[in-house]
Amino acid sequence: MCLGIPGKVIEVRDEGGLAMGRVDFGGVRKDACLAYVPEVKVGDYVIVHVGFAISMVDEDEALRTLELLDQMGDLLQQELATMGPGMTEPAVVDLGPAAAGAPS
Amino acid sequence: MKYVDEYRDAARAKALVREIRRIATRPWTMMEVCGGQTHTIVKQGIDEMLPDGVRMIHGPGCPVCVTPLEQVDKALAIAADPAVIFTSYGDMLRVPGSTTDLLSLKARGADVRIVYSPLDALRIAREHPDRQVVFFAIGFETTAPANAMAVWRAAEQGIDNFSVLVSHVLVPPAMEAILSSPSNQVQSFLAAGHVCAVMGWTEYEPLAARYHVPIVVTGFEPLDLLEGILMAIRQLEEGRAEVENQYVRAVRREGNRMAQETIFRVFDVGDRTWRGIGQIPASGYHLKERFQRFDAEHRFRVGDIATREHPACIAGEILQGTKTPLDCTAYGVLCNPQRPLGAPMVSAEGTCAAFHAAGRGLGPVARPLTVLAPVGTPGAGR
Repeated sequence: MCLGIPGKVIEVRDEGGLAMGRVDFGGVRKDACLAYVPEVKVGDYVIVHVGFAISMVDEDEALRTLELLDQMGDLLQQELATMGPGMTEPAVVDLGPAAAGAPS
Repeated sequence: MKYVDEYRDAARAKALVREIRRIATRPWTMMEVCGGQTHTIVKQGIDEMLPDGVRMIHGPGCPVCVTPLEQVDKALAIAADPAVIFTSYGDMLRVPGSTTDLLSLKARGADVRIVYSPLDALRIAREHPDRQVVFFAIGFETTAPANAMAVWRAAEQGIDNFSVLVSHVLVPPAMEAILSSPSNQVQSFLAAGHVCAVMGWTEYEPLAARYHVPIVVTGFEPLDLLEGILMAIRQLEEGRAEVENQYVRAVRREGNRMAQETIFRVFDVGDRTWRGIGQIPASGYHLKERFQRFDAEHRFRVGDIATREHPACIAGEILQGTKTPLDCTAYGVLCNPQRPLGAPMVSAEGTCAAFHAAGRGLGPVARPLTVLAPVGTPGAGR
């Protein structure tokens, strides 16, 4: 009951002075009250709680969050690549031919 | 599903877990105060991915669980009246009162109906002018805009056979009650994203400053939670105590002004009793005087109710995070989602139901003793 889910507004209408609409949640369509998101347009994403849209999803921010996560993934990949085959084993350091004869 | 699937991506989750493990140098204790977050954390095993010593305590974030027994008993008394159509969010139907629950009452012939939105309850009232239609208006700040709108519309349209049994609670006063307790262990909070979508996060700024705890407004998908945990640990490691927003795609600092206006046209802030916790000052909403005629407690005589909790249930300690379901002698034995003794086993958002659904402490082997729990299962101990 308390779980809000993001859905796409597919229809906006007035019902006795109350802004209502139809929202698509990945194929499941439900009516929702849109009175608290007056700027909403068809195609926008909203978070719906107990039949009321309480917030609009900011597409730019949503993308930025994912980009930041991806960048972090890349940085980690780079860092991990310098650490050798596994976190649990010591890093393998290639000392080059100059060190080949050094005692181990 | 857009805005859901991409926040469940396994590769990104692994990167976040690695980063958390990289930056965490000390043991830290964090709490989420949102049943939806508890459900995801337990179901996905997010708490078990954290480094040793870093643990999540599950706070009183399940609205169904904290609805006081007295209000549940009042609901049962009202619903038993043959003149009444009693409407409720589905989660409340199996919450045990002192002697029975709404679902059993329905099976015995009471007119109890599940509604998805309080506007559905209002429509039922409009369609049945000869019946009293009562809606069980429970929840945190997330359901308040909906419940307030139903009352506002009833007044506007003169739907006089409609009333609400209010049991509304607020998150920041509960957080303050936890922080000011002498036995508090919580060093940082994940604030519930959708509560903040409605109310914003300005209320949390004085709490972060006064108790020196980082508070991170966090979403509900696994990646949101992992990023929220990462942000909280980063603050803890750096000695900062600020309010930060992980859930930027849905939450603004000021919240939803229009929703707040409707809430405060209909409700006043007042003391509320939390099931298992007790009374917390200024921790909930009550109908304003001018809407008293829509107050079911005013319309029906339900003042003299004596309540009785099941003696084996330790819901109070679980809601406050001092015990886990694995510490409960009734968990999985006397108490399960089919036959719940206490509210946290009823709702999917309750800690006991979340543990049970994930099979924690159940399974083919005997339930592990609590003294063994911290070994190899970080986050499961106390």
